[in-house]
Amino acid sequence: MVDIRSGASEAIPLAEVEDVELYHPKSWWTHYVFSQDAKIIAIQYSMTAIAIGMVALVLSWLMRLQLGFPGYFDFIDADHYYQFITMHGMIMVIYLLTALFLGGFGNYLIPLMIGARDMVFPYANMLSYWLYLLAVLVLVSGFFLPGGPTGAGWTLYPPQAILSGTPGGQDWGILVMLFSLILFIIGFTMGGLNYVVTVLQARARGMTLMRMPLTIWGIFTATVMALLAFPALFVACVMMLFDRLLGTSFFMPAIVEMGQQLQQSGGSPILFQHLFWFFGHPEVYIVALPAFGIVSDLISTHARKNIFGYRMMVWAIVIIGALSFVVWAHHMYVSGMNPKFGFFFATTTLIIAVPTAIKVYNWVLTLWRGDIHLTLPMLFALAFIVTFVNGGLTGLFLGNVVVDVPLSDTMFVVAHFHMVMGVAPIMVVFGAIYHWYPKITGRMLNEAMGQIHFWVTFLGAYLIFFPMHYLGLLGIPRRYHELGETAFIPESAHTLNMFISVMALIVGAAQILFLFNLAWSLKRGKPSGGNPWRATTLEWQTPQTPPAHGNWGNELPVVYRWAYDYSVPGAAEDFIPQNQPGLGMPTREHAS
Amino acid sequence: MAQTIETHTGETLQRPLGLRGVAADLSSDQRAFKNISWGKAMMWIFLLSDTFIFGCFLVAYMTARMSTTIAWPNPSEVFALTIGGHEIPLILIAIMTFVLISSSGTMAMAVNFGYRRDRRTTAIMMLLTAVLGATFVGMQAFEWSKLISEGVRPWENPWGAAQFGSTFFMITGFHGTHVTIGVIFLLIVARKVWRGDFDTERRGFFTSRKGNYEVVEITGLYWHFVDLVWVFIFAFFYLW
Repeated sequence: MVDIRSGASEAIPLAEVEDVELYHPKSWWTHYVFSQDAKIIAIQYSMTAIAIGMVALVLSWLMRLQLGFPGYFDFIDADHYYQFITMHGMIMVIYLLTALFLGGFGNYLIPLMIGARDMVFPYANMLSYWLYLLAVLVLVSGFFLPGGPTGAGWTLYPPQAILSGTPGGQDWGILVMLFSLILFIIGFTMGGLNYVVTVLQARARGMTLMRMPLTIWGIFTATVMALLAFPALFVACVMMLFDRLLGTSFFMPAIVEMGQQLQQSGGSPILFQHLFWFFGHPEVYIVALPAFGIVSDLISTHARKNIFGYRMMVWAIVIIGALSFVVWAHHMYVSGMNPKFGFFFATTTLIIAVPTAIKVYNWVLTLWRGDIHLTLPMLFALAFIVTFVNGGLTGLFLGNVVVDVPLSDTMFVVAHFHMVMGVAPIMVVFGAIYHWYPKITGRMLNEAMGQIHFWVTFLGAYLIFFPMHYLGLLGIPRRYHELGETAFIPESAHTLNMFISVMALIVGAAQILFLFNLAWSLKRGKPSGGNPWRATTLEWQTPQTPPAHGNWGNELPVVYRWAYDYSVPGAAEDFIPQNQPGLGMPTREHAS
Repeated sequence: MAQTIETHTGETLQRPLGLRGVAADLSSDQRAFKNISWGKAMMWIFLLSDTFIFGCFLVAYMTARMSTTIAWPNPSEVFALTIGGHEIPLILIAIMTFVLISSSGTMAMAVNFGYRRDRRTTAIMMLLTAVLGATFVGMQAFEWSKLISEGVRPWENPWGAAQFGSTFFMITGFHGTHVTIGVIFLLIVARKVWRGDFDTERRGFFTSRKGNYEVVEITGLYWHFVDLVWVFIFAFFYLW
């Protein structure tokens, strides 16, 4: 990497990209509603995602009420329970986490962190948000249509997803779900192309790929993965729509339903599973990689230390992204497959542990002897590490065929994926919001409310999901509306379920406090100034806070160093911004 | 441990050779792909994504074809036309393929004339491409109506596995939609070329950005992609 070093010299590289004329909004409507400014779009994306996320939160409450106190809540019958499960899962994975990380943080941070004025295609970016909003509305419409939303489980496995026994199967539910997913994918593609091209082709002078903050690396890699993984879901949705609407038999084998032979025959339900998980597994990392990237930056900033092994961290992100496309069938061990395939997918799955472990070690080594500030973003980052390690370890159990088969349909799986792709990324979402809220609004979030939010959420999440491992090992099945009088389930399991439900209510309530904090601090938060965390990355160096339209005033920033010059010996301050000229200034860029 | 490196070397650095040079170029500042505009980069990445869509469709089709319990109809017979008393297999598809591949040729010429700033010829070549594309779609409509009149439906057909009709209508329909969208784009861009929008730097209706003749090439990228996909559909659906 000799040539990169030349970029670190005092000589400013020539401008290759012309400063493209910005779109200037002319009215209130084009300024705040049909806005083409990535920052506004980011806030629109985030607010919509959080709003629909609240729906998912309420659904999880209802599910926990049923599981903890079966029989007390008459309105939650088996059909409703399955509808809640399905909508909760789909909303959390796609409409909340994917949209928030890529549409929210991606839109806000990419242009600012790489020194661009905006995304490269602001108009398509705007359309992306409006299609996303439409997708959300179509999804929600399921609650109000005859038959209610689909209750097929968030994986929507056919044939049950489109049979009459499943809620919404022969009504509107499954249709609006599939239409909504298709709209989401089209909208996401418009945004995703923007994020990728912006990162590749619109960086500031001096911003080499190996000087990008890891946040950008995470979001970038996740977006590339999403552009390659969502097509599989798109195709699966189209085919299932045809099965449901036209009576084709892509996924429908010969079925006798209520003594009646159905018209359809000869299709393959396993084909759907392959398509779904070819999307579904990368999706886990589409959510996790931005979290990895963001948490790296949070830890480095709040431990006042350069990230340990930056280059390894970048390659780990890329390798995890690539590997995640060849592991999908580990979700299908119980569907049955050739043992050789099982062996292959178990092996690739376990290999992912290597780059993932590199990342965890490097986070810990970044903390090692760092000047750790236990700020709210740092607390959430630390919570992420422990939760992620925890979820990762149970992933080793489930990645092995022989261990997975007995555990697969138990609460153990629920515990595993909630730890690893539910709680862990959401911890990063919170950390990131506490970290960047001052840049977005110019005010700090309230610390006291934040502390309560953190401790209740972190400890509460453990108290909810940790006992579920135990329930799973006992053999308590997942996706069951109620357990009933089953001999092998001890009384303690019911008590534990009750405890989990109470904790879920409390943790949910803490999120309402968080939302209140977001609104309260908007007006009453402590003014933060432009760079409250004394961070190095470009978004903290904008002339205005919150950044104005065009981000950088008259002159685009020039980057002289990597994003992690914290506590550099010989420097006047414990951080050196990326746009501080290099001459005579020390850097640790090449030491890593 | 505190290793500081003086970054100002004061001498010109050598450009690394071979693969290291490629890596250095790709990871250099501002642009990973030098001399590639935003629009062109976007189209390439979009096409990569679209490749995965068609790839999934074709893999799904192959899975269905291999796993059906009833025999698959013989495409040579199904797609034969009786012309002058002779039954000629795949004749319509052959003509369709010829037309579509030819349209790639006229598209390439349009790109060439565009960069020469030959407004008139560029527009004519694009219109010719659009006409060939529309002809393709027209023949596809003929093929569809012929099959439908013979009793092929997405859910059944007279000759064998129901998945034959399902995959046929789905995949050729999805491709035909791509061609139709391409024709619409060709007409829009041809109009812009004809009117001289790219010479006068007239702003776009939606994006209010100035266009240039590269738009012709980007449209061409999409068009060539649609042709290339057809080659695969032809090979896997009709020739298998």
